[in-house]
Amino acid sequence: MVKENPTRDKLLTYMAVAALLIFLWYAESHFSQYSLRIINNIGIFIVLAVSYNLINGIAGQFSLGTNAFLAVGAYTSAIFTLSPEEKIRSFIIEPMIWPLSEISLSFPLSLLLAGVVTALIALLVALPVFRVRGDYLAIVTLGFGEVVQVVANNVVSVTNGPLGIKGLAPHTNIWWSWGICIFTVYCVVRLINSSYGRAMKAVREDETAAEAMGINAFRIKTLAFTCSAFFQGVAGGLLAHLITTISPSLFTFMLTFNLLIIIVIGGLGSTTGAVLSAILITWGSEALRIVEEPFTFFGYDYSGIPGMRMVLFSIILILVMLFARRGIMGRNEFKWSVLLNRFGRQSKSEARTS
Amino acid sequence: MSGNLLRIESLVVQFGGVCAVNGLNLEIENSEIIGLIGPNGAGKTTAFNVITGMVKPTTGKVYFLNNEITGKTAPFIARSGIARTFQNIRLYDDLTVIENVMVAAHSSVSYSFPEAILGIGRFGRDERRIRIKSMELLEMMGLERLASEKADSLPYGSQRKLEIARALALEPKLLLLDEPVAGMNPAETSDFAEFILKLRDNMTIGIGLIEHDMSFVMNVCDRMKVIDHGVEIAWGDPQHIRNNQRVIKAYLGEG
Repeated sequence: MVKENPTRDKLLTYMAVAALLIFLWYAESHFSQYSLRIINNIGIFIVLAVSYNLINGIAGQFSLGTNAFLAVGAYTSAIFTLSPEEKIRSFIIEPMIWPLSEISLSFPLSLLLAGVVTALIALLVALPVFRVRGDYLAIVTLGFGEVVQVVANNVVSVTNGPLGIKGLAPHTNIWWSWGICIFTVYCVVRLINSSYGRAMKAVREDETAAEAMGINAFRIKTLAFTCSAFFQGVAGGLLAHLITTISPSLFTFMLTFNLLIIIVIGGLGSTTGAVLSAILITWGSEALRIVEEPFTFFGYDYSGIPGMRMVLFSIILILVMLFARRGIMGRNEFKWSVLLNRFGRQSKSEARTS
Repeated sequence: MSGNLLRIESLVVQFGGVCAVNGLNLEIENSEIIGLIGPNGAGKTTAFNVITGMVKPTTGKVYFLNNEITGKTAPFIARSGIARTFQNIRLYDDLTVIENVMVAAHSSVSYSFPEAILGIGRFGRDERRIRIKSMELLEMMGLERLASEKADSLPYGSQRKLEIARALALEPKLLLLDEPVAGMNPAETSDFAEFILKLRDNMTIGIGLIEHDMSFVMNVCDRMKVIDHGVEIAWGDPQHIRNNQRVIKAYLGEG
């Protein structure tokens, strides 16, 4: 039996991160553009899933506002990285309003700003919503997603309306997306293992009992929501500079829905599950493209049905709900001791059989 | 003036047309164990809910350490030193036993949110302090070997003990126990009575308890208050209550 050992576990974690960085370095020079794009997407989706899990899984508050926060983050960072000349060129319906039209910031600064602006907007949503108990958050955030889209479509002098913002510099590479991914996971894991994280879980488990133990549920919920929105805003900035073109129609409710699938399949409340599931689903939705393309199967010509991937995902979700209601990880987290024990047991049984 | 720890003055709580508590007065002194007894629906738990800020009283005032706390929020009251347990155990089921206790120490945490996220500054030292303190409380309740189990996997009696350990992690000056020995067998009950008395003597805290187990209440309480339909019908030491005709009538009906 291998026990938990903080020093060894820390060392193993550093080694794992180093291995990941070596893999990324190798991938950057050897993989195709297409594969690199998927790796970038995975990094961004891990950020989204882990932060979404913070509010939905850890604090237990059902939010449906990720697409809105992603949009706010994407627009904020896009507006601040475009150069003044580019702004004149692409804002053809109405010129961009003054201070914004002149400001141009570096990419990292724009990401930080994206996070901060998104967090502030989340705070404005949280203040009235968390004053009351119950499922109001879901309703309000769902509506907020629509509001953000309407604003993006109509406040033309800031967002360029339905035309969206085009020609963003492709700043996001695997170092940015995975650097921020590692930073996010680090922060969220620390948060969960702190007193603030325990307070969030206590609120999720029993709000009345949490308040009876001196926890201000309103503050803790607002904290979780704002913190989650910060990371989602940053992810929005990353996404904008990965796909280089953003428009209001990009940030539909489907995005939130996909993330919901990811965290439910991973195990609501498990950060490890959110990471695993983000990798699996993001990679899987690319790998499953074959079912939408024509192919021949034992002499039967399959013509390919667009949207078939979504059908398959729905089936997977239904199967998860039926047979593994708590997802891949349940609410458990990854521990080195558990992994080492599993390996140890396997090698022991192999030794016995040989 | 009496009631230096807790003082309730003519408390009235109405839910719609139902008057759950009607003009209740109650005083608790330091290091005193007060029993609140009465038939089902007498308004005992409602009184606890008002003291801990979970229910707003219709009229009446609550003073704690001679400061008025009427209508203050539950977390505020908990932080100022009133801890409670619940009649139907309310633990954080999916958290481990030690985490349940550590949650209650949240108000004593000195590190800030950024320090927590980055794991710097006061974070490490403070986390260790909370963990050690929580472990001590678990040892006191005899739960130290279950520290890393999920709270809902504990047997009933241990869950009750865990709730008390959690309440004590708040370092309260007043502890309110809502039916602490419900579901315990006689041996466990007498152990628990001993524990309560020891707790009062070692930690010098006031204890208010609601209980139906008469022999237990008579054993541990210094004074007790009997209420029925929200109205006080008797007040005094156990000997006095035992022989009170109105109490006998409330419990057994008219003969």
